[in-house]
Parts: sequence; structure tokens; C-alpha cells
Amino acid sequence: MSFDGVWPYIYIAIAGWLATDIWRWAGVIAGKRIDENSEMLNWVRAVATALVAAVIAKLIFFPTGVLENSPLWLRLGSILFGALFFFIGGRFRQPLGIAAAMAFLAAGLALTGV
Amino acid sequence: MTADTAPDTQSQTHWFLIGMRGLFSLPAIILMLSFVGFAAFTAEANIPVDQVMFMTGMVWALPAKVILVGSMLSGAHVAAAFIAVTLSSVRMMPMVAALIPEIRDRRTPTWLLLIISHFVAITAWVFAMEKVRDVPRSGRVAFFAGFGITLTVTNIILVGLVYGAVSHFPPIVSGCLFFLTPVYFLTSIWISARHRVIYWALGIGLALGYLFAVIAPEYDILLAGIIGGTVAWWAEKQLRQKEAGQ
Repeated sequence: MSFDGVWPYIYIAIAGWLATDIWRWAGVIAGKRIDENSEMLNWVRAVATALVAAVIAKLIFFPTGVLENSPLWLRLGSILFGALFFFIGGRFRQPLGIAAAMAFLAAGLALTGV
Repeated sequence: MTADTAPDTQSQTHWFLIGMRGLFSLPAIILMLSFVGFAAFTAEANIPVDQVMFMTGMVWALPAKVILVGSMLSGAHVAAAFIAVTLSSVRMMPMVAALIPEIRDRRTPTWLLLIISHFVAITAWVFAMEKVRDVPRSGRVAFFAGFGITLTVTNIILVGLVYGAVSHFPPIVSGCLFFLTPVYFLTSIWISARHRVIYWALGIGLALGYLFAVIAPEYDILLAGIIGGTVAWWAEKQLRQKEAGQ
């Protein structure tokens, strides 16, 4: 498509903004009816978490861009290496875990010659 | 006394500013790095920078934006692009629905919730689910608005500033930028989980996310979320009832 004029902005507003925000509005309407301590909210929390987990799995197993051609063992190894430091990292577990995973990935990418 | 019941002596502005300060947190920094990657992606695709900034603020969900850019590049009809993007964004509904009971109080008007819901995306959701318990209930909407609006505006400006400068990163850098997102999400969900069911949903969601990406790639996220979340919830409830019965 052409990127000139106002059409791209209308396109982004309809296919981007409206397509995304209608679900957020639906979430507000649904969320207002849910009691904070109800079993229903437990279910909604579980579904929301599983949805995010599925996005994570796709990023790990089916990445795009540079990582598309990287070996799967490297990506899984990076996650496991990061998890190791995360679980022994105590108070600094989050930055430690992330740094370890990144270091493993960067080293692996350098060695496999990306 | 918890933050939930403590009397709040601070103003709404105070909590908005505290939320703004979240810009200097690990999740916000990681998201900004992801947006540097997104700017590089759109620069390579030759999408004009003002349109990239416009979609950063208007769409505010990175996976939806990537699908939108793909549709624009392939010249897809606006209706086809709408369907692809809207399917990728269904997950916003349960995320917002889980967050709303945590942040609203009885006096919060619906129109305000509708406006701030725009700023809910994975990063802000994970951040808010983790941090709001330390904020008194009456300050939570202001706290979330401060964080969400600041994060969005900063990334619109960031994309505008780095576009053009970042079209050619060394591959190792772009690879690591891409991988930061899943690694960060995993650690944050683990840390912010307050219920056993969250760990179960995370594990089952990861496994089903992979499985459905292979067998039903068009609806993978949705199927993994609904089926995985329901299985995790049901199984955890069974165990909870069994424990209570003993």
C-alpha cells in the first residue's frame, strides 16, 4: 500500500487502534462485574496468565528476525541458564537471571556465527 | 494493616508521580529496548517515521503492531488487517478484566477505566499486578495512569528519536534485544504470582503455546490461553478443595 496522505492513518486507526481497544473496553466491562475474591477472578487470572505464557512460548520457539535461524538448543539453553541464576539469585534474582540468559545467548550467537 | 485498608493521606497527584517514576524500572527499560528493536524493524520496512510514532501510541501492544506492519507491507485490505490484529488482541480482555478489580474502588467512574485501559499491555500489566499491592486502593488508578501514560508517551518519542539511527544493528545485538522480552516476562510473572494457580497457568500456557503454534497456528494464543488457563484453574481448584477437606 502507499504510505502517502491520510489513508495510512485511517488504516492504523481502524485495523490497529480499534481492533485492539475494543477488547480492552470489553475487559473493563467484564472486570467491573467481577468480585475481587471470587472464583471467577481466579479463572480470569489463570486465562490471562496462560495467554501471556503462550506469547512467550511463541517468542522462544518461533522467533522472527535474527533469531529465526538460530538453533533451538541455544534459545532453550539460554532460558535454562537464566533460570538457574534466577533461582539462586536471592534479592537480585531478576536482573541476574536476565543477564545470565542474555550472556548465554550472545556467546552462543557469536560461536555459531550469526 | 495492608495497603488495601490503610487510610490514604496522599493526593492523587502524588500517586500519579509515583507511577511515573516506574519509568526508571527494569520492565520499563526492557520495553524501551524492545521499542528500539521495533523502530529498527519499521525503518527497514520503510514505513514513514510519523506513521510509526502514530501507531506506537494508538495501538500500544507490540505483537499487534508487528501484525499491523506486516499487513500494511503486504497491502492487505483494511478488513483483513482488522481481523488479524483483533485476533491477536483478544488476550487484552482477560488481562484488563483481571487488573480492574485490583485497581478500582467503588467511586472510580467507568469512563476513567475505559480511558486508562488503553495503556494496559503486557509490560504495564505485569508491572501493575506486582506493584499495586503497595499502593492504597484510592491511589491505584492514579498510580497506574502515571505509569502507563508516561511509558506510552516516552516510547512514542523514543521511536521517533532512534528511527533512522538504528536500521543496522549488529545481529547479536538485535537477537538479544528480541530475546529480552520473553526472558523478562517469565521472570516477572514468576515474581508477581500471588496464587499457586499462576505458576500452573504459566507452565501449562507455555506448553500449550508451543503445541497450538504447531497444530493450529492461526488461533494458537487464544486456544492456549483459554484451554490452558481453564485446565490450570480447574486442577488447582480440585487440589485446593481436597486440601480443605482433609
